[in-house]
Order: sequence, then structure tokens, then C-alpha cells
Amino acid sequence: MDRSRTALIWRYAGRGLLLTPLLFLLVFFFYPLGSILQFSLAPDGKLDFAAFQQIFSRPYYRETLWFTTWQAALSTLLTLGLAFPAAHVFAKYQFPGKSLLLALATIPFVLPTVVVATAFIALLGEDSALNGLLMKVFKLEEPPLHLERSLKIILLAHIFYNYAVALRIISSFWSNQSQRIQEAAQMLGASRWMVFYRITLPLLLPAVTAAAALVFMFCFTSFGVVRILGGLKYATLEVEIHYQSLSLFDLPTAGALSVIQLMTTLVMMIVYTNLQRQMTQPLNLQSSRQVARKPRRWAEKGWLALNLIVMSLLIFAPILALIERSFTLGDGGFTTRYYEQLQENPHRSIRAVAPVAAIQNSLEYAFFVTIFSVLLGTLAAYLLSQKTRFSRWLDPVFMLPLAASAVTLGFGFIITLDEPPLNLRSSYWIVPIAHTLVAMPLVVRSVLPSLRAIKPSIGEAAAVLGASRWQRWRRIELPLITRSIAVGATFAFTVSMGEFGASSFVARPNQPTIPIVIFRFLGQPGLANYGQALAMSVILMAVCAAGFVLIERLNRAVIGEF
Amino acid sequence: MIMKRLFLALFVFTLCLPALPGAAQEEIVTLVTHDSFNISEDVLKSFEEETGLKIEILQLGDAGTLTNQAVLSANNPLGDVIFGIDNTFLGRALAGDIFEPYVSPLLEDVPDAFKVDPENRVTPIDYGDVCLNYDLRYFEENELEVPTHLQDLTSEAYKNLLVVQNPATSSPGLAFLLATIAEFGTDGDYTYLDYWQDLVDNGVLVVEDWSSAYYGEFTLAGGDYPLVVSYASSPPVEVLFADPPVDEALTGSVIGDGTCFRQIEFAGVLKGANNINGAQKFIDFMLSKEFQEDIPLQMFVFPVNPNAELPELFVEYAQIPDNPAQMTIEEIDAGREQWIQAWTEAVLR
Repeated sequence: MDRSRTALIWRYAGRGLLLTPLLFLLVFFFYPLGSILQFSLAPDGKLDFAAFQQIFSRPYYRETLWFTTWQAALSTLLTLGLAFPAAHVFAKYQFPGKSLLLALATIPFVLPTVVVATAFIALLGEDSALNGLLMKVFKLEEPPLHLERSLKIILLAHIFYNYAVALRIISSFWSNQSQRIQEAAQMLGASRWMVFYRITLPLLLPAVTAAAALVFMFCFTSFGVVRILGGLKYATLEVEIHYQSLSLFDLPTAGALSVIQLMTTLVMMIVYTNLQRQMTQPLNLQSSRQVARKPRRWAEKGWLALNLIVMSLLIFAPILALIERSFTLGDGGFTTRYYEQLQENPHRSIRAVAPVAAIQNSLEYAFFVTIFSVLLGTLAAYLLSQKTRFSRWLDPVFMLPLAASAVTLGFGFIITLDEPPLNLRSSYWIVPIAHTLVAMPLVVRSVLPSLRAIKPSIGEAAAVLGASRWQRWRRIELPLITRSIAVGATFAFTVSMGEFGASSFVARPNQPTIPIVIFRFLGQPGLANYGQALAMSVILMAVCAAGFVLIERLNRAVIGEF
Repeated sequence: MIMKRLFLALFVFTLCLPALPGAAQEEIVTLVTHDSFNISEDVLKSFEEETGLKIEILQLGDAGTLTNQAVLSANNPLGDVIFGIDNTFLGRALAGDIFEPYVSPLLEDVPDAFKVDPENRVTPIDYGDVCLNYDLRYFEENELEVPTHLQDLTSEAYKNLLVVQNPATSSPGLAFLLATIAEFGTDGDYTYLDYWQDLVDNGVLVVEDWSSAYYGEFTLAGGDYPLVVSYASSPPVEVLFADPPVDEALTGSVIGDGTCFRQIEFAGVLKGANNINGAQKFIDFMLSKEFQEDIPLQMFVFPVNPNAELPELFVEYAQIPDNPAQMTIEEIDAGREQWIQAWTEAVLR
């Protein structure tokens, strides 16, 4: 075969390949979603605007939309404010236990809200040790912290859940950035703050905004945190959609609210993707090994310590409280009996699952989800990094799965994926597909900033020297984006392990995962059940932490460290 | 090159996924049910061996989600037989026209009170009473009398002691709301909404779901509320899963007249099912003594078949109310959404 034909085949194959993520979205997102919205809003083929009119005529919904937006914005600001300094520390310094700490920081993402709520109340509730201490120290009559069912605890939980999203995305981008421009600026007499404000921050903005967009989306569609921790006086649009579609079975109103939620987020994502495109520029990238070094002066060590302390209070304290509870629940002091009980099936019921089986089921799903979303998400990032009008329009579209209400999409699956060749609604694959829809945007947002930062001149130079398209990808591009792919893979794995979002409303065969088992225990009275739910949560955390470390290792082994 | 092949293979694999053949269409009966469905391994196995049928279980969230999804898939059902729609949601399912009528030969043993559908589209399988539970130790230590009527809960003695679930999102929450509606009515000087206003003034706490109430707020699990809406079967289950084991009850049920609401769970053959014959056999099986006696310890509800013997645990620790609140399917169906909405406006917003 001559060179030009090979090149042509590569080009067409490449284009076809790039369109697969779009095809995936069309089939498993837009088709079910569009069908259920049509079914809800235009049952007779004619669009009925009555539901919209009713919604707009009531101030309650406006207030809800407003609350949804500002609490998400505030949560995002707080999360980034805390995660950004930590990202600096993780990108710039080497210190023992770094990858383990990063793994632990990601754990909250998988924990069920009910379980997190008990940890938060144990730490910060009226009867908590912290309140007791404050009362003693300041000689107060009343406990000073009133966090139960408050806005503060919603914000705190949003930070707890999303901290790692911001930390990982920003620090991975940061850790490949060359310091040359900064060093040059310092040589020319710029102060450290000047360098940070005028050079470092602008260069980091693509990653910072990507993280902000994701955190915002998660908080915007927040459901469990708002209702279970915040209490019933707070409601987001997502809460209203659940209420309308599940409690009242008022599909037109639920559909109209879903459309409003999608449109609101779409507008925000259009603004964000355009901003991000303008901010992104090719950068000098460097191996993270060269960027990170040991902290030297006392100031640096202090800064590192300060960030680790904040992280410990925010993330590790609730996790430790959970672990502690799983070993001390009941009256008798330290015990491992809840872990032992997990192995037993005294009532010989079909629902009982050995923890090993649940772990296996979870890992199986997570394996597929990680592979699907890394492949599709990376391809999507390539598609979006092209400088065409088409990809400019597509960019916000790839964020939409995060904006769709889980219940709406679940209903969409029921009515659309019911016939061959898409007879999937009760198959094994529906769960991994639902997870992948949520995980793919995370991979896209992780990979896209690094992909856009690659200087085209490197590839051109290699091409001039005779490197094929494949060689250029394998030897140049892949190493440059591998760190962000690993970040994306970690999130995909996490989304699946935590049974995040859309999968709660799909029909599932009897293949219980760890979170499902936790929910089963929490659905029954009796301290043994509660204890086993806590024990299972600890197992979930351990399995996830092991998974994160493994992904990191695998990534290094396959592609090498960069 | 290995990488390339690996990626290619994975990619082809993903494309082929939807095309993978499902299980062979042998004698399979697909049971569509809620997350709480449970049964002993032996009991299910003996049924499968006897009939040569294979039961596949598909779980679809709570009873409300199950109902909605079944109605949405009316044209192309998710399975052959459905179990777990209760009387609080049955009207929605009947209106959705999702059932194929069936009269099981075993139905004649079942008391008439449970047979709510004259057209026999659904078959009653079990019942359970949603009742207030109280923490025995708390009530003893504080020398509190156990309330006997709903109205008692508005008195000073029970201020800040009661936690209930949101009727919009929780099945026991809805049942308790229905009990208050049956007791106080929707019109007159003092309606259910007035009662709820009094409950709010008396410090009732409303939370999202049963788990948040029972494990988050009930004194037994370390919370501050010694009165919780739960089930009449919770006290025996609490003993069953007590840790360390106990021989005395930890909680009790309030079973005064009209304080509890009886939920009846139904099974039905789904219209358009692949295996109607198998679905009917499964319904017969669910009414059989073997399955009915298995119900209490697996699903913590009571059998409708009077021939089924209750386990000792239930005889000893479960209190069954003589006069739970009554409401017909038609009444519930006509009012449900409206009541939930009115309640939400009055109590939450």
C-alpha cells in the first residue's frame, strides 16, 4: 500500500472513531431523554405549554431555581478556594504518602449520603465532642454549633464530596507545567505575587474552569445532600423533579422542570466552554518529576502542612469517624463483629450477599465503566479539541449528561430501550451504560485541557522527521495526556463504585453492588443491620482506595511517568 | 503494536455489546419487584424444582418507583409478574391498565378484607401496619405514658419527641399521612391539615425517608426522637437483629384505634407478558403456605393466608392493631396527589 492511501484510510478511520462518543450520547442519552420528554410534554404529538406556564406563574419555582443556582455557585467557590492551594502543594512538592493521600481524598465521592450524614452529625452535631469542647473552652451554656439541617452543612457536604474533583484536575494539569516563563519573569524582577497573578493563574485557568464546571454541575443537580443533610426546607430543581415524577407522577410538570434544568445548565456550559477555549493556549509541558520537588524552606514546609491540616479536617475527619463507628457501634467497645456478620446468612435469604460477591459485582461494573468512559471520553476530547465550528457547538453538549435528572433519564430508558437491537433496559449492560453517561464528561473535562495545551509544533516536527500519525500519537500526544487520562479513569471508576446518579432508576438484575448492599441494610431495623451498613461502607472505601492506587500504578506501568 | 490491538479489540467489543444474545428463552418467569423483596433460598429453589421454571428477579427501587415504571412500560412490560405495589399506589397501577386478571385457586382462603379488586387484576399477598414505634427505655426512664391516639401527639408531653417521614418520598410517610386523613378528614372545623399544623407547633421533625428517621433521629440509634413512624413488625425485627442479642423488646408499637395504617401488597400478572402461565404459577406459589410462612422473617410483613403460621418471634413481639385506619383504593386514588401537595405546601414550604 502506498503512503497516501494509508494516510487516507487513517484519516477516515480516525474521523469515524472520533464520532463514536457522539453516537453513544445520541443512542443512550438524547434518544431516551428526548422520548420521555416528548411522552411527557407532547403526549398527543402537539407540544403542550401548559406545564411551563404553570411553572412560570408560580414564584415558588423561581425561588427554587434561584436557590439551586446560588447554592451551587457558592459551593463551587468554596470547594475551589480550598482545593486550589492544595493542588499547588500536590503539583509542586514531593512528600511521603502523596499518592495515598490523593487516593483517600477521592473516597468521599463514593459514599452514600445517609452514611456521610451520620459521620457529620457525629463530628459536628449538638452532642458532638467538638461542641462539648467549645462549650468547655468558651464556658458556654448552649452548644455553639447548630449545623444539623442547615445551609452550612449542605455547603460543607458539597465541599466534602467535590474537593477531590477540583484537587485532581487542577493538580494534574499544574504538575506538567514548565516553570520557564515564571522563572524568566522573576529574573526580570516581577514579584512572586505578580508572577502568580499574571502568569501562573492565567495558565491554569483552563483546568480551574473545567473543575469549576464539574463541581457546579454536581452541586446544581444535588439531591441527597440537600434533602438528607440540609433537611426538607431546602429544595433544588432536581428535588422538585423527583417530587413531581415519583410522588405525584405528574410527568408534564416533571418534564418541563427537566427542560428548564437542562436549558439553564446548557446556557452556563456554553458560556464556560467558550471561555475555556479562549483561555487555552499551547504550553511548554514538562514531566511532573521535574516540576515537583521536596519542600525546602520552613515557609514551604509550613504551607504544605497547613494544606494537609485543612484536608485532614475536611475529608479525613469524617472518614475516620465512620471507620471508628463501624468498630465501636453498640455498647461493648471495640468490635469486629459487624464485619464478621457480613459473612453470615443466618436467615438463608436470597438477598444476602457475601461481601466478596458484592465487591466482585462492583468491580466488574467499575471495570467496564472505566474502559468505556476512558475510550469514549478521550475520543470525545479529541473531537472537541478540533478547531471547527462543529466541535465548538458540541463542547457544551458533552456536559449535558451531568445536567439530566436521574429519574427522567431512568424513565426514558424504560420506554426506549425496550426493543431489539436496543433491548437493554433489563440487561446487565444498562448499569454500566448509565454509569458511563455520568463518567464520560469527567474524562472529557480531565483530558481536554491537556490536549489543548499540546503545541502543534512538536507533532509537526515529528512528522517532518517521518513519524507516522500513530507514532506521533503514541510517542508524543499520549505521554502528554496520560496523567489527565488517569485522572479521568479514577473518576470513572469512582462514579461506578459509588453508583452515582442515573443508575438508581434503572431496573437491575439480582447483581447487588456494595452501595446496594449498604442501602439494603439501612432499610431494616436492628443495630446489627446498621453496624453491617457501616462495615460495608468501610469496605467500599477500602476497595476504592485500592482501586485508585492500582489505576495510578497501571498508568505508570503502561505509559510511563510523565 | 500490542497497545493498538488491545484498543482495537476493546473498541470492537464495545460496538458488539448490544448484539450479545440474551439468555435463551426457556421457561423463565421474570419477576418485577421492589428493592425489599426477599425470600428464603430453599423456598424459591423448591418452587423452581417442582415447576421447572426459572425465576429471574428484576428490582426497581421502592414501591412508588416500581409502580411508575410499570405504568410507563404498560405497552411492553418489563417482566411477567409484578409484586410489591401496595394499596397506597394501587389505583395508579390499575389506571395504567397493566394487569392481566387472574384468580388463583388459593385465593378463596384469603379473608375478604384483603381482596380489594373485584376484577381480580391483583392478588393480595401480604400486609403490614405502619405504626408509631417508641423507644421503650426512653419512655420508662422519663416515666412517659405511651400515646394511644393520634391527637395525643399534639400534647405538651410529646413535644419535640416525634420524627416522621416525608409522605412524598417515603412509603411509611405516606401511610401515616393517610392515617391522619382517615382520622381527621379533609373538611370540617379540624381537618388533617389543622392536625399537622398542631404537630408542627409541637415540634414534629419531618425527614426524607425511613432510614434517615430510624437511623438518623430515633433515640435507639443515638438520635433525639423517641417516637418514630415505622412498622408494627419493627419491634420483632429489632429483637431479631439486636446486637448483642436480647430477650426483651427494645421498642414497642402504638396500636391504638386509627393510629396505624394497613398496607396491603399485591401481585399481578403483567399484561402482554411472555410467560403468562408461569406468572400465574408464581402467584399461586406466593399464596402457598410455604411462601406465606416465609414472608415474616424475610420481608417483615404478615401473610394474608390465615393458614400460615407466624414465627414465634412475631407472636411474641409484634402487636397487631385491632382497628387500623381504613381507606378504600378509590378514596386513596382520588385524593393521593392532592393530599401530598396540600401537605407539602402546609408543612414544608
